[in-house]
Amino acid sequence: MSDRLVHLDVLRYNPETDTEPHFQRYEVTCREEWVVLDALNAIKESIDPTLNYRWSCHMAVCGSCGMMINGEPKLSCHAFLRNYDGVIRVEPLANFPIERDLVTVADDFIDKLKRVKPYLIPKQDKSIAEGEYKQTPAQLMKYRQFSMCINCMLCYAACPEYALSPLFLGPAAITLAHRYNQDSRDGGRNERQEVIASDEGVWQCSFVGACSEVCPKAVDPAGALQQVKVASTLDWFKEHLLPGGKP
Amino acid sequence: MSRRPFVREVSKTRWYFKHPRYLRYMSREITCIFIGAFALLLLCAVLHLSRGQAAWESFLAALQGPWSALGLLVILAFALHNTTSWFNVTPKAMPVQIGEDFLPGKFIVAAHYLAWILASVLVLYFAGVR
Repeated sequence: MSDRLVHLDVLRYNPETDTEPHFQRYEVTCREEWVVLDALNAIKESIDPTLNYRWSCHMAVCGSCGMMINGEPKLSCHAFLRNYDGVIRVEPLANFPIERDLVTVADDFIDKLKRVKPYLIPKQDKSIAEGEYKQTPAQLMKYRQFSMCINCMLCYAACPEYALSPLFLGPAAITLAHRYNQDSRDGGRNERQEVIASDEGVWQCSFVGACSEVCPKAVDPAGALQQVKVASTLDWFKEHLLPGGKP
Repeated sequence: MSRRPFVREVSKTRWYFKHPRYLRYMSREITCIFIGAFALLLLCAVLHLSRGQAAWESFLAALQGPWSALGLLVILAFALHNTTSWFNVTPKAMPVQIGEDFLPGKFIVAAHYLAWILASVLVLYFAGVR
């Protein structure tokens, strides 16, 4: 494996001393198979220990290391240096406040995630003695792709609706609500619907589709949101056009 | 240590220049202006039709000429872009699950094109084009 010299422009922000973020250039000797995260680790270990960023698994599973790499939301553990020419620009995920350097404030996403109740609300409670909640492979496939979301927030960084209307629940939260709504064992749709079909919910989405283009797990949040729109529209028709209709 | 998160401003008027995918999206959204213009033209046509043959023929005469033709061609181009860009994303909104598999999206898109062709043929048939 050959080494090569890589230049990175990393956005730095120290809330104690800086009034605004600024780029800092680093020159790192990297191995051919390295990803951007490896370069950041090399900077932190041997060039500048003050650099801050989040990471954990280094295998595109934990969803911690999302960053803007040359303006594109990416997991830095998934962004191979060999795919970039010239100086690589590394910034914190767009559309989130910068806490420090490449670390963003994720509170807004976490709050929104809680609001959609992204967990199984069983249709009927069963005791352990009654056995497990069974599901066929076809029932599993109905929601399986949406369950692959790793909460990395890349879709929020790509979503212009979220950038312009920060109250928007956003792609991942609504996709995860849809994931549980599609689950044959779940009975919590009405509770979630109050949140995801509200003004701050799915109707803020104008189907840009950027969320699905940047998703590192091929989840297709844009698809989930359009399916929620179709289901919510059918709810409205059932409620308003059918005699005695309830969604 | 003090927390003082920095919020980056997003331009409300220039954000779509940041990436080709946003320009692609805006190109689809802007088609609504031309679809709206054609809808108004259609309403004018119906209005003139309701006022008798003379009004209708004067309306048709007003549509003659190179500028009119150019305008209609531009509207047609945007209408085609509107139709194709929406048809191509229909599999996302209406996935069809058959057992454990999903019908490939190309069939859902093809069904829309087929319905479009069928509707166009019917319109031409009832319009007297043989």
